[in-house]
This record gives sequence, structure tokens and C-alpha cells, in this order.
Amino acid sequence: MEELQKILEEIRQDIDFASEERLIDDGVLDSIDIIAIVTAVNDAFDVDINVQYLLPENFNSMEAIYRLICKLQDE
Amino acid sequence: MNINILEWLEAAAERSPSQTAFADLDKQIDYCSLLQQAKRIGCKIIARSGQRGEVWHNRPIAVLIDRNIESLILFMGIVYSGNFYVPLDDTMPRKRIDLILDTLEPVLILNSKSETSLSSENIDLISYAELVGTEEMREEEEALREVRKRHLDTDPLYTIFTSGSTGVPKGVVVNHRSVIDLVMQFADTFAFPSAPVFGNQAPLDFDVSTKDIYCSLYLGGTVQVVPKQYFVLPVKLIPYLNERGVNVIIWAVSALRIVSNFKVFENFMPESLSLIMFSGEVMPVKDLNYWRRALPDAQFVNLYGPTEITCNCGYYIIDREFEETEALPVGQAFHNTEMFLIDTQTGGLITRKGQKGEIYVRGTCLAMGYYNNPEKTRAAFVQNPLQSVYPELVYRTGDLGFYGERDELYFAGRKDYQIKHMGHRIELGEIETAVNALDFIDVGCCIYDEGKEKIILCYQAKEACDRRIVKALGDFLPKFMWPNQYIFFEKIPMNKNGKIDRALLKKEYCG
Repeated sequence: MEELQKILEEIRQDIDFASEERLIDDGVLDSIDIIAIVTAVNDAFDVDINVQYLLPENFNSMEAIYRLICKLQDE
Repeated sequence: MNINILEWLEAAAERSPSQTAFADLDKQIDYCSLLQQAKRIGCKIIARSGQRGEVWHNRPIAVLIDRNIESLILFMGIVYSGNFYVPLDDTMPRKRIDLILDTLEPVLILNSKSETSLSSENIDLISYAELVGTEEMREEEEALREVRKRHLDTDPLYTIFTSGSTGVPKGVVVNHRSVIDLVMQFADTFAFPSAPVFGNQAPLDFDVSTKDIYCSLYLGGTVQVVPKQYFVLPVKLIPYLNERGVNVIIWAVSALRIVSNFKVFENFMPESLSLIMFSGEVMPVKDLNYWRRALPDAQFVNLYGPTEITCNCGYYIIDREFEETEALPVGQAFHNTEMFLIDTQTGGLITRKGQKGEIYVRGTCLAMGYYNNPEKTRAAFVQNPLQSVYPELVYRTGDLGFYGERDELYFAGRKDYQIKHMGHRIELGEIETAVNALDFIDVGCCIYDEGKEKIILCYQAKEACDRRIVKALGDFLPKFMWPNQYIFFEKIPMNKNGKIDRALLKKEYCG
């Protein structure tokens, strides 16, 4: 989770990722951020986030992104 | 001869009244209702000007836009009133909106939504619901006829604001004539399906959306406004296009790249797309090829041009295979438009292949200039340097170009500090102006790393304060202008002329 937080904060320094829970629903993240996050996460965690996982519920919070990574790593 | 874009709306309403003109996620309006609603709004605006003891003609009316059909209906209503519309995004920082409103001084602001963060003190702000709701609204054909009688095709249709290098956004004023010319050339040049359905991606305060709106009105098609969120998480994007029968998309390169970046076609295939046009920045061949492999029978078109020449002046219909290392050409000028290259040193015309020069544009496509900004207008809209015997304005794009082996024009960067970043046109000077206004910063300088697509801010301050800068910039600049990387200096490098050494910074930190 710490590594993920570092990645996220590098992409958006203005967001407090530990407390945000509506990153997508409130339009906090835009498409540029999502591309950056997915690319960085794929590299750092050796996963491949396929388009079918690009759903609000997987990206609304840091916790949700973390759960998605764990799920993909288990597969 | 068409002299007003409303003639297209009226023709379509007569031909196919019950056909959908505009639709968004949960609403739609047919041509008959659109015509009626637009006329009503036009009358209401005329009445409003009467109440204030004024006659508004060719005056700016701002529209607080969203991704909804109400914005589009308001545009048409404003044109019926004999004025021009100025789309504004009220999610931009207030300070930037104020800069625009100070320049524009609109007679009225119409809100396409029910809410806005803009306060209505000193501003005459009316919501769409108020405009079309409560009281009985009569179309007063007589008032509309009067307005129409005065109309010239050189009257402004819209003004769109774009980044300005001194920190103040510039409003590009475009008239009916230029848009009519653009649409006619598009219709003649490209393979539009017989019942076109446009999947609108471009925000309505970007002139890319002009093409969706007016090509559709002219061809009697439908504009489907695609929700913004589908471009953030594209899982629903292609299913939505399929469900709505979208067959034409005129998108920013960055939007097409979202699809290729996420390999969306592995899960979802477009079923009806037959014409795909893109503009805004250079399309990487890798992404283009991804799309072409998925849609081998579709027509793909690379479009080129700044807002100041009404969307596009050059086009290239992709007619051959490109290697990933090759660049796509800008191609050739549209009919009734000329692009030419001027040597930046000698001021002479360039005809030789491979030689770089500044791209100039000539023709009906030229915008009328920047609203309330004669200085910037004079700098960019200039007398044709190739003749001095009669007055003739041409537009200096600031883009560099050269002719390739097949005589096609290629884009070769900028003369100044304007960049294209994720589909947005940005003057690095506008970011620097905002940074330099922060009292805890001595001085800042922005450079752009084209390879990594990152805006890098080099700044000098007492201490490193990246986070503080980001938070503060949020008050001045929309998110797409925020730097992506921050580099702190105790002493920022200077060149021998006492200016910040951009060349050195660029060499050190880019690529």
C-alpha cells in the first residue's frame, strides 16, 4: 500500500489519497491521471489492468486500487 | 448561398422534424422541437435586452456549458437573438473565469445546468430552466425576422477562449461565413455516411466540437454527446457508441489514444464507425495503427489547424501504411484555403522540399481576431507578406512546417512556447505568469518534455515547496495546465543575457 501511495502522490501531488473515497465519482481524477496510474501500477506491481477492470468502483479510492492489484496478482 | 447557420437548422427541421438533432446520456431533442426551443430562447433574449432599454446585436452571451443538450440548444437560441455565444466551463478556477469575463463583458450569462459556483452579483445570469420554463413563451416571428434582416455572414457566430502567453486567455471570434466554408469543405472532402451520427467527445468550449455541431446540422444528422466519464474509464465507451449508432467521430488525438492505450478493442469492438477524424496534436502511428487494424474499412483523417482559422485548414486522408517510426503528414490545404511557408529569417516564401518555415494561412477560414484585444490580434493576423498592393490579412500560426518528399506538409514544432499537452493548447507563459504571482516563489520557468509528455516547472525559492505550488496553482489554472514535475533550484541557471537558461534546462531535464 505504501508503494502505491508513493506512485499516486507522484502523479497527483495535490490529492490526499489516504482520505479520498470518490476519486472517480467526484471527477477528481481525469483520463490523463488514469492512464498514468494504470501504466505505473502495471510496471511496479507486474500486473496487467485490462479494460474490463476500468470501473469507478476499482478506482474511487487508494484502497480500491490496492484491492484490484492484489486480486490481479492472485490470478 | 447560405449566410447564416440557422438556415441549416431550419432546412433540417422541415425535412425531418422528428429526427433526433442532439442527445446526451439521458435527454434528446428532435429537429422540430430544437427549432421551436431555439426561437423561443432567441425571443426571450431579445425581450431581455428590451427590458434593459438596449438593442443587443452582435454582442457576446456566455454559456456555462456541460456535456448536455441544453448547452447546444442555448447556442442556437443565442444565434436567433442576433448575438454570438461564448462557451465557458465554470469548473475552471474562478480567477481564470474572471480574466475571461473582464475581457468579454458579456451582456448575459446563460447556464445550461441548474447550478453554478459563479455568483450572480453584477452578472445577469439566467438558467436554462428559467428561460424555457414557467411563463408562456411565445415565438415572436416578427422580432426574429427583424434580427434576421440585419444579419451578415461576416457577423460573429461564437468566441472561444484559448490560452494566452501573458496569462490572459484570448477569445477567438469566428463568424458564420468561416463556419459555413468549413462545413461545406468537410462535406465535399470526406466520406460521411448518409445518416451521420456524431459521437461528440470534444468539450463544447473547444472548437473541435464546432465540427460535430455544424456538420450534423448541415447533413441533417444527430449529435450524441458522450459523457466525459467514459473517457476517464473507457469500459463503457465503445458499448455506448454502439448503442447510439455512432458512425462518425471527430476526436482529439488524446481521446483516441485512451482507447489504444487501454487496448479497449480486446474487449469491445465498434460496430458502426465508418469515419474517424482526429486533430489537436500529432497522432502517434502506433496508436493510429491500432485503430486501423480494428477498423480496416473506415476512413481515417488527420486534421490540422488552430482555432484562429476555424478548426482546420489542412487534412490528410490516411491512404497508405505507416511505420511506427514515421510521422503522419499534415497533408494538404482544404479547398478555398491556402497554407504557405515563410522563412523565419528572410521573410521569403519557401517552396523547396525539406526547408522549415512558419505556416501561414489565407482564406475565408480566418477568424475575425481576438475579442477586445487589438494588440494580440495585430500580432497574429497580419498583412500578407507576399503582396503589399491591397489589404489582405493572413494568419501566422506560429507552427513550423516543411514539405516532405510527396509535397505533403509536415508539422515541425513551434516557433514560441506554445505546447500541445493531452489535447490542450497551452502557452507555457500562462503557467509561468501564475507561478510568478506566488509570493513564496522567486521565479519559475516551464519547459515541456515532448517524449514523456510532461510539463516541467523549474523554480527558484527559499526552499523546495512542490506541494504548496500545486495547491496554490489550483486557484489560477485549470488542471490540464498544472506542471507534472517540479524541480527546485536555490539559484536557477541564467544565460549570459541575464535570462533564465531555458535551453540548458531543457537539455538537462527533458528526454
